[in-house]
Amino acid sequence: MRVCDLAPGQLQHLLGGSGLRLRTGPFVTCIRSSLDEVRDGVALHYGQHPVESDDGFADFEVAVDRKPGLRRWLKPQVRFLVDGEDIFTPLPGDQGFPMLEWGLNWCVSGLAHQYLTLHAAVLEREGGALILPAPSGSGKSTLCAGLLFNGWRLLSDELTLIEPDTCRIVPLPRPVSLKNASIDVIRAFAPQARFGAVVEETLKGRVAHFSPPHDAVSRADDRAAPGWIALPRYVAGAATNLQPLGKGRAMMRLVESAFNYNIHARRGFAALADLVERSDCFEFTYSRLDEAVQQFERLAMARAAGGA
Amino acid sequence: MTDSSDPTGDLVVHALRQIEAVPGWSLRTWELLIRQARYADLLARIAALLKARGQLDAVQAAPRAHLHAALAVARSQHEEIDREVLHLGRALADAGQPLVLLKGAAYLQAGLPAGVGRIFSDTDILVPKHSLPEVESRLMMHGWMAGHHTAYDQRYYREWMHEIPPLEHSRRGTVVDVHHAILPETARLKPDPAKLLAAVQPVARAADIFVLQPTDMVLHSMTHLFHNEDLSHGLRDLSDLDLLLRHFGAEPGFWDRLVSRGTELDLARPLHYGLRCANLILDTPVPAEALRAAGLAGPAWPLSRLMDSLWWRALRSQHPSCAAPFTSTALFLLYVRAHWLRMPPLLLMRHLSIKAWQRTRPVQATAP
Repeated sequence: MRVCDLAPGQLQHLLGGSGLRLRTGPFVTCIRSSLDEVRDGVALHYGQHPVESDDGFADFEVAVDRKPGLRRWLKPQVRFLVDGEDIFTPLPGDQGFPMLEWGLNWCVSGLAHQYLTLHAAVLEREGGALILPAPSGSGKSTLCAGLLFNGWRLLSDELTLIEPDTCRIVPLPRPVSLKNASIDVIRAFAPQARFGAVVEETLKGRVAHFSPPHDAVSRADDRAAPGWIALPRYVAGAATNLQPLGKGRAMMRLVESAFNYNIHARRGFAALADLVERSDCFEFTYSRLDEAVQQFERLAMARAAGGA
Repeated sequence: MTDSSDPTGDLVVHALRQIEAVPGWSLRTWELLIRQARYADLLARIAALLKARGQLDAVQAAPRAHLHAALAVARSQHEEIDREVLHLGRALADAGQPLVLLKGAAYLQAGLPAGVGRIFSDTDILVPKHSLPEVESRLMMHGWMAGHHTAYDQRYYREWMHEIPPLEHSRRGTVVDVHHAILPETARLKPDPAKLLAAVQPVARAADIFVLQPTDMVLHSMTHLFHNEDLSHGLRDLSDLDLLLRHFGAEPGFWDRLVSRGTELDLARPLHYGLRCANLILDTPVPAEALRAAGLAGPAWPLSRLMDSLWWRALRSQHPSCAAPFTSTALFLLYVRAHWLRMPPLLLMRHLSIKAWQRTRPVQATAP
């Protein structure tokens, strides 16, 4: 059963009642919300995701609702609850869906320590993972969006989950978040992208999500082996430039981008060292998305030709 | 749906009482157990108990992933405490005082079962009161700094409490609590810290790291739990006590020594509550004679009945799904009781009114 297979009204019924048990990659999240924008966002972006039955196991128990009190009539706010506890500063009333997305990210990065988790986009081609670790504003999500409409399979635009013992990357296909100017860049670059509502004036500026491609969702169990690590940097007007990166520096950047490196300690070091060892590492500067996509296409072709 | 044979209510208590039954629970029961146990800081403990019995792999894959996650967190905290104890040892090496660890750090360094799957927030040490200025200045030289406290908070700690304000390391962000006693100076019970310090023992792994002797470690665990105004980790502390008693209780003569040491240290009442609650709630084996002897210091009927029902409600996971009728009343009464035992009535009234007044105003922290 997928979200899009639910009978009319049933999504709202679940979200407002016992909870929607939504599977995203390895996790099942029980989501409750009475907000229309959350229901619409879930229906639009999670249509292909499996709905688990009531007698199964949920990894996280979350809710998005209006903050109670007098304020709700004057200047409504939304809050995100994990197992009944309010963990974030409330946001303005129209930000329910982005808040759900950020909250789900928090559940994974803050609780799922069975994985070593990087703040990085990750895609797959020829069985190999392309990891794009980068801070906000580096053009990571834009590049990720450009690639996933051109032959690369989306594993995640935000959270790279690594199994510490096998060094395989676990897909977590969810809506892709774009900010500010990237929204219009991707609308022009990939008119087929299914965008939801643009939310203005969030902490990160203008935010919009588009739906993950169907094959990314249906292949959520196909893990990827290490392939490439590229540190992307968008520089206005810059030429497309892919430069090899030393393994030591690549390792340091992965450590910086890890959410729970400290928790995995030695095992985490060994897993990242293994990942870097088995990946081709690059620094990548770009300003033109079409050239960037062609550059990575050449990497994928080389891997396919090499029979890797 | 939940299996009809699964327990309901407070699943953490069921799990601690009968860990061997837990792998057979249904997925929905497991889902609730994980939420309740995470709330009570006992998820890693449950995982570690299962692991020690070789039963981790008998748990279904989805909940097992959370057990592995909790074990990873506990393991990283234990490594951090190990490093922190090394740093403390270096900082206090020539302070002329042995490094005496309390509570979780002591269980861990002494290799006791109560250290297994223990979640930490800080390291606690015990020093003689006269050495406080020396110890504090050495810790500051090695990077530990006092946080921001109001002048009143400073006075509250320094004049009346059994510890100085927590010191946080400026680079590592770790926190050490320096104690000079195990109860506030103003408390009704007066356990003499000199007697505790005179009987400390080195741990097996290092000759220069000390912990309280077994009877005193148990009595401190009980005193801490049954005088605490904040019982959000009450069940975690009761589980520590359960594991300590199961471990030390096997030593010949332990129970007699425990009862007489309780009287000697003026801790007979917390000893009574400790043995009774561990036995009633977690099924800790306690010889009938020890229960009876400790019970002589317990309150008379009907107060004894009331206290039983208060502890029964308070010492459980405080996850909303565990609340029994009147749980919040019980927690409130125990909060008042803890303050009542901590300070004489007039001082208590003054303290609570100053805190209430401060809460109405923006905090004006002053550097110490």
